[in-house]
Amino acid sequence: MTEHSSELSTPGAGAAPVAARPAGSEVTLPERFENPGLAPHRDRVADRDPAAARGAARRIALLFGVSMLGSIGFVVAYVAAPSDGTVTGVRNSTLYLGIALFLAMFGIGAAAVQWARTLMSDREIVEARHPQRTSDADRAAAIEVLRQGAADSAIGRRGVLKGALLSALALAPLTVAVPLVGEVGGTWNVNAFRHTLWKKGTRLTLDPSGRPIKAEDVVEGSIVHVIPDKLRDSEHWIEEKAKAVVLMTRIDPAVLKEAPDRAGWSYEGIVAYSKICTHVGCPVALYEAQTHHLLCPCHQSTFDIADGAKVVFGPANRALPQLPITVDDEGYLVAQSDFTEPIGPSYWERLK
Amino acid sequence: MKAIADRRHHRLAPVLLLLLALLVTGAVYAALSPSATSAEAPSESDIEAGAELFRTNCATCHGTEAEGRDSIPSLIGVGAAAVDFQVSTGRMPMQATNPQALAKPPQFDDEQIAQLAAYVASLAPGPAIPSESQVDPALGDPSNGMSLFRTNCAMCHGAVGKGGALTDGKFAPSLDQTTPTQIYEAMITGPSNMPVFNDANLTPEEKRDVIAFLAEQKQGSPGGTDLGGVGPVSEGLWVWVVGMGLLIGCAVWIGAKAS
Amino acid sequence: MSRTASGAAATADYLDQRTGVGLVVKNFARKVFPDHWSFLLGEIALYSFVVLLLTGIFLTLFFVPSMGQVTYEGPFAPLQGQEMSEAFASTLHLSFEVTGGLLMRQIHHWAALLFIASIVTHMLRVFFTGAFRKPREINWLVGFTMMLLGLAAGFSGYSLPDDVLSGNGLRITDGVVKSIPIIGSYLSHFIFGGEFPGEAIIPRLFTVHILLVPGLILALVALHLFLVVVHKHTHYARPGRTERNVVGPPFFPVYLAKAGGFFFVVFGVLALMGATMTINPVWNYGPYDPSPVSAGAQPDWYMLFLEGALRLMPGQGTEWVIGGYTLSLNVLIPAVVVPGLLFTVLALYPFIEAYVTGDRREHHIAERPRNNPVRTAVGVGTLTAFVILVLAGSNDIIATHFGLSINDITNTYRALIIVAPPLAFWATKRICLGLQRKDRELVLHGHETGRIVRFASGEYTEVHRPLDEFERWPLVAHEGRRPVELLPAEDERGVRRRGYRRDAVRARLSRAFYADRVDPVTPAELAAAQSHGEHDAVAAVESRHPGELPVGSHVVDDAVPPTEAVGKHVADEPEVRLS
Repeated sequence: MTEHSSELSTPGAGAAPVAARPAGSEVTLPERFENPGLAPHRDRVADRDPAAARGAARRIALLFGVSMLGSIGFVVAYVAAPSDGTVTGVRNSTLYLGIALFLAMFGIGAAAVQWARTLMSDREIVEARHPQRTSDADRAAAIEVLRQGAADSAIGRRGVLKGALLSALALAPLTVAVPLVGEVGGTWNVNAFRHTLWKKGTRLTLDPSGRPIKAEDVVEGSIVHVIPDKLRDSEHWIEEKAKAVVLMTRIDPAVLKEAPDRAGWSYEGIVAYSKICTHVGCPVALYEAQTHHLLCPCHQSTFDIADGAKVVFGPANRALPQLPITVDDEGYLVAQSDFTEPIGPSYWERLK
Repeated sequence: MKAIADRRHHRLAPVLLLLLALLVTGAVYAALSPSATSAEAPSESDIEAGAELFRTNCATCHGTEAEGRDSIPSLIGVGAAAVDFQVSTGRMPMQATNPQALAKPPQFDDEQIAQLAAYVASLAPGPAIPSESQVDPALGDPSNGMSLFRTNCAMCHGAVGKGGALTDGKFAPSLDQTTPTQIYEAMITGPSNMPVFNDANLTPEEKRDVIAFLAEQKQGSPGGTDLGGVGPVSEGLWVWVVGMGLLIGCAVWIGAKAS
Repeated sequence: MSRTASGAAATADYLDQRTGVGLVVKNFARKVFPDHWSFLLGEIALYSFVVLLLTGIFLTLFFVPSMGQVTYEGPFAPLQGQEMSEAFASTLHLSFEVTGGLLMRQIHHWAALLFIASIVTHMLRVFFTGAFRKPREINWLVGFTMMLLGLAAGFSGYSLPDDVLSGNGLRITDGVVKSIPIIGSYLSHFIFGGEFPGEAIIPRLFTVHILLVPGLILALVALHLFLVVVHKHTHYARPGRTERNVVGPPFFPVYLAKAGGFFFVVFGVLALMGATMTINPVWNYGPYDPSPVSAGAQPDWYMLFLEGALRLMPGQGTEWVIGGYTLSLNVLIPAVVVPGLLFTVLALYPFIEAYVTGDRREHHIAERPRNNPVRTAVGVGTLTAFVILVLAGSNDIIATHFGLSINDITNTYRALIIVAPPLAFWATKRICLGLQRKDRELVLHGHETGRIVRFASGEYTEVHRPLDEFERWPLVAHEGRRPVELLPAEDERGVRRRGYRRDAVRARLSRAFYADRVDPVTPAELAAAQSHGEHDAVAAVESRHPGELPVGSHVVDDAVPPTEAVGKHVADEPEVRLS
């Protein structure tokens, strides 16, 4: 077969003449093909054969019957297999009720659809579309009606009246919006983000039991989830916990890198960092003991605990804030102070 | 007898003889091979046998005195629990260098594992293999266990222990096939990148509670198939495949001309 | 008259005397609704919404939207004695102690996922067939708004049980909100009624979820359907269908049976899914506490594109401090800018395309995607980007299931999100043009019958069966469009025309849209091809080899057509003149 010439047209390409008409033909061809109109109707089996139609009707009735069985089965399952609180009991109850419901609904649907497809007339109807646009006459009438109404309203050239109307309407929603917005924010105290429950001398305790932790009990390669002592006694303990959770581990001091201004913040290789990710606030808790990397499961920000919890991968930008710790005279781990920066995700006034 | 002798040159005779020989060999082996040992205190012969196994299978990487080298850890002080965990899950001997040692069918039987564990434990004190009552799920409180699991374990292993991803190709494995003993041992020894949970962090009773919680998961989900138990991602996948798939199929059926 | 018939007549009379409903029945009962499976996708959305309402009412009778703490004393062992919010406790009670409760919860959540999935599929169908063109731009906006409301309904809904997974989702929302410049921290207080998590968020989400959003959706559904009735549904270019008619079965009884039946089908499928497939097992996640988090921390699928964007964005160098104030682009770009751009372009697309093409006519024929290659390619490119973001949001699941490194996956997707959409655009456009060429070949040549005829001279030819006019019409019905023409920059007197630069941009965009195109076959081309018939026209061969046909052979297909297409560069005539 010979190569077909490209059918791609580009504007400005040399316009070739339209293919010549066969010599001697008298017929003028239309520029585009014309719509051939509706195709002739093809009969379905049920249209022609009454026995087939009866068969189809029987099958449809059967589908309705399946639905009825499903509905009855649902009631039976409801009575015979109630939810008993056990895992298997609930699973069975859900399964029986659900299968019955499926049969009940799908049966009706399948029957109705089959009825429409096989028995109902499938002759197509043609309806005319009219342009959406209203006719010119009606438009003119509409404009006239509006003009009359405007004239009746005596608004005329009364600019002050128009202005006053609009101003009043614009101000009225304030009566709803102001208290709605104003009260919804609680105390609006955005400074609360800066401070957590940690203070000088607050003991580190296990989450969630609240047991205090001795430094000697923290072994290398472990991970300890920490909350401040007496967390549950505070008034808004969940909100405080959301800021105060801490992760603690012991790292071989030979491997631990510490910034000079944070030299006293660890205790014999035990370091404590905020558990709230500086990206968007998930608890960052996947500690890899051998690599000292801490992975956040939400967006995979990775922090190096042996190096100031700085970011080594992922969308977080800032290192995790460090909690300065030491031990009290009984050997229990305590905080030296609150965090020295707001924990968690950044916000506009964070550094102010 | 004569009937058998008459057929001694039958072409199936060698096959039959072979089968007979195999049967006899198997029976003799079953009768004479040592049975699984019960949990007794390791004897001197156990430690010696363990030392021999160690020299043959482990020393090439871990050193003849189990002192380790380069990135291969020393086994001095890891305790019987670590050996039991690593060898019974098949992670050790390690087959190939991967981001982490992978669980595979164990290479040694129970007695050999006990011997290896006894040998390593004799090198220096370390965590011991837990007793049966320490890991019995029936004695634990699954409610406290779930609370502890949620805080300490779920972030790596998933909410019901189906596993999760760590960095650089490492992962926290699914706990479906892990035995209570292995779970306890993993907590106390912190294999690979898993942190150590010593008894001050998670007391032995708390460890048993965690085991009890995980045992509850064997009942399956009350809602039907758990779709892998990995959360909304698989739910989203199946709503498209099953839900939209079935319904688009039904839509095509509805719109299709009947015959 | 039978008893039922006279009863019906009496009721109808009663109603008509009070409402005049007879006129509505007269006009509406036999209204034509085009019948094609791809027109049922919107119905999946509608019916799953109805299922959501029905199951939702059931759920509201048991769910307690309160964050007050209680101790669980129900039958589920792993949570016995634990402290939790009333919202979580009531969800457990519903799931384990109310017969059918878990079934209703699961059907409800599957229906929610299906609602959005079907909205997206329906939107894609409308997009790729150009059914958003005049007069349906407003309906496109209505549908777009409903999609956003659906996202809001889903997000508020799955957060209601106050479990660890959705609670961490709320925490992420708080983090995103805080990153907004100037107003961020105040917005955080606004939403949570104070510091996170507060005690207000669950009751507030409850109101949003059962009152505000469903109310708006219901109103918009009514508007959406009303507009479909006013505009009449589009139909594909099949024989008998034109821009000026609408063809199909009547509303009563056929459409009613099919569409009504489809509702029961959708309900049935959702029931099957709710019966057999666990969804949102909150008893596994536990009650919300700010400390725990589980692996596989993702939102429902329709939020995964946001999740993926957040995961892909690199953190280094993307947070700036300006005058002491912190600007977190690492959060703002993926969580605010990317969806903002996506939704804006989606909403405005009908207007963008109308501007670029200069097409101001009404359109009621749904196009085949191949006949509008640039639009189809834009759609596929955008969809590619969306899918990459969804996959990026699932990167840890992909890592564990395929044994890959999550860091490698993330870096790969970072590259793909830049490279893959343009590649997809280019590939799709070429495929569309290729398919259009295939259509031309089919019209000009007809179907290959697979019958080879060999002549005594040794020539082989394959017999082709030409298309009849009904088969041919869908392949030639579309029109070859021309780009908008750019009038000269200066008029006859050399004065530069105002707005020329803007028109130049528009003309360039228009050329990009229409420059590469394949025009449909015209009757002249078909006739020319037939008269030039060589290789596969048996009659022509016969005329060249008179009397050589094997004795007794049977040559049929006297109307056998053509071989090659003739060059068809038609002179470019711009259809719309600018200015």
